[in-house]
Amino acid sequence: MSLNVETQTGNDVKTFDIEKIRKDFPILKTLIHGKPLCYLDNAATTQKPQIMIDSLVEYYSSMNANIHRGVHHLSEVSTKAFEEARLKVKDFINASSEKEIIFTRGTTESINLVANSFAKSLFHDGDEVIITGMEHHSNIVPWQLIEPIKKIKLRTIKVDDNGELILDDFEEMINERTKLVSVVYVSNSLGTINPVEKIISIAHKHNVPVLLDAAQAIQHLKVDVQKLDCDFLAFSGHKIYGPTGIGILYGKQKFLETMPPFLGGGDMISKVTFEGTTFNELPYKFEAGTSNIADAISLGAALDYVTNIGIDAIAKHENEILDYATNKLLEIPGLRIIGNAKNKSSVISFVFEKIHPHDVGTFLDFEGIAIRTGHHCTQPLMDRFCVPATSRASFALYNTKEEADTLAKSLKKILEVFN
Amino acid sequence: MDAELRELYQQVILDHNKSPRNFKKLENANHTAEGYNPLCGDKINIYMDVENGIVKDVSFLGSGCAISKASASLMSTIIKGKTKEKAEKIFEKFHDLVTGNLTDEEEIEELGKLAVFSGVKDFPVRVKCASLAWHTMISALNKEEKIVSTEEK
Repeated sequence: MSLNVETQTGNDVKTFDIEKIRKDFPILKTLIHGKPLCYLDNAATTQKPQIMIDSLVEYYSSMNANIHRGVHHLSEVSTKAFEEARLKVKDFINASSEKEIIFTRGTTESINLVANSFAKSLFHDGDEVIITGMEHHSNIVPWQLIEPIKKIKLRTIKVDDNGELILDDFEEMINERTKLVSVVYVSNSLGTINPVEKIISIAHKHNVPVLLDAAQAIQHLKVDVQKLDCDFLAFSGHKIYGPTGIGILYGKQKFLETMPPFLGGGDMISKVTFEGTTFNELPYKFEAGTSNIADAISLGAALDYVTNIGIDAIAKHENEILDYATNKLLEIPGLRIIGNAKNKSSVISFVFEKIHPHDVGTFLDFEGIAIRTGHHCTQPLMDRFCVPATSRASFALYNTKEEADTLAKSLKKILEVFN
Repeated sequence: MDAELRELYQQVILDHNKSPRNFKKLENANHTAEGYNPLCGDKINIYMDVENGIVKDVSFLGSGCAISKASASLMSTIIKGKTKEKAEKIFEKFHDLVTGNLTDEEEIEELGKLAVFSGVKDFPVRVKCASLAWHTMISALNKEEKIVSTEEK
């Protein structure tokens, strides 16, 4: 099951050694109901390499102290490690300055930060935000939640039968009230990779900033915020082999400077009196309270791990698995794939005419296979495709063609039971 | 098939899933309710004809997994002809069964065909699938004109 992919990155030739990679992830040795774990729920969260787990242990064993302002040794050590992690994120997405990298709890908090700081304070009643019909609830609800303060109108770019955005009328949607375009880069439910470059270029033609929800893109594609020219970008650490509870909001300085703080407290201030407060500089203005220091540092370790393997090599491997698994699944009678975009990431959502996704999920669990079943936090999209739920298999760098075979074989077994 | 899995998906359940009984809209219903499980998107409508405190007829429509569909189907066959009080009593016992709180062999036996749902107790996330139709039926009986959600308990 060895697969060697050679990629040329500068002068380094990197070898994609799947067996070695699988050994990096201790959980992959687990048996589930007596069967080897076949983990295909990577769009929900990825498994963790030992090197990332070790960095958490190392932090708490030898570095733990609160960061910033501490004059003692450990505080200096942990501050340095925390700020180094920020630099790693900056380099990973090629931001122009570390001031543009804000640590949050995850994609959801990052989008809520923009909604609460940017939209709530700087938008006016009746202003419009354009989203798409395939947004995760985390890019729908935050805009609705600020309604008591600012009545924002959400407009949605529609989705076609293949799961691709219908961009024909996008430009017409933009008017003088449009204040932000906030779109998902890669759909968590369909796997569609949206043409964000085109969306950004159209939006910018009308001076409208763009937020990208990159929760499902960051682990599969090379994300270069300067090349993309996006104005905000949000992602979560745990979907790129890092820990839960840590995420990133990237924002262009020119926007972050004008935005008021999201949360108030320690670390985000420069001077506090009972009469008023002056705020700290970027990025600290948006990082109130003690940060999630350990997980930020471990996110840095996870990004190093991905960089060492190479995101291009990972993408090539995942695309091969996606093509292979798609063909295998299409051989199964009665199985229909929801989401057939030309440009797709390694996510396969599928339904059976007569078998509910929940039953599929339970059966697969007993074969050791972990998939996700449900609406995947995209209920409007499920309504669009007239299904209450789907089964979703999503692949990561450690998955193999053999695992796709196991999935297909198990799905055929389910058919026997339900027929 | 694994023994635990076979215990959950007993033949009776697979059969009721494939050919649900009373799967229609009751035209002369005087008690109705809608149930919803936001976790999995399951929806169910219960239609009942209740006269003098007795369930004359009951039917349902909706979409859901095998457990929820079979549960609704079996429920409809069992409470037909029962008094309101009796239907509520059976639900209590059924709920105890699927949550693992009914261990007395005799009491389980009294539940008759409903005993096929005993495997659900080993699958905590599926308890809501098994009980959605019942919650909705109780709501219809009490004529609460609202959508029942499994997330409001």
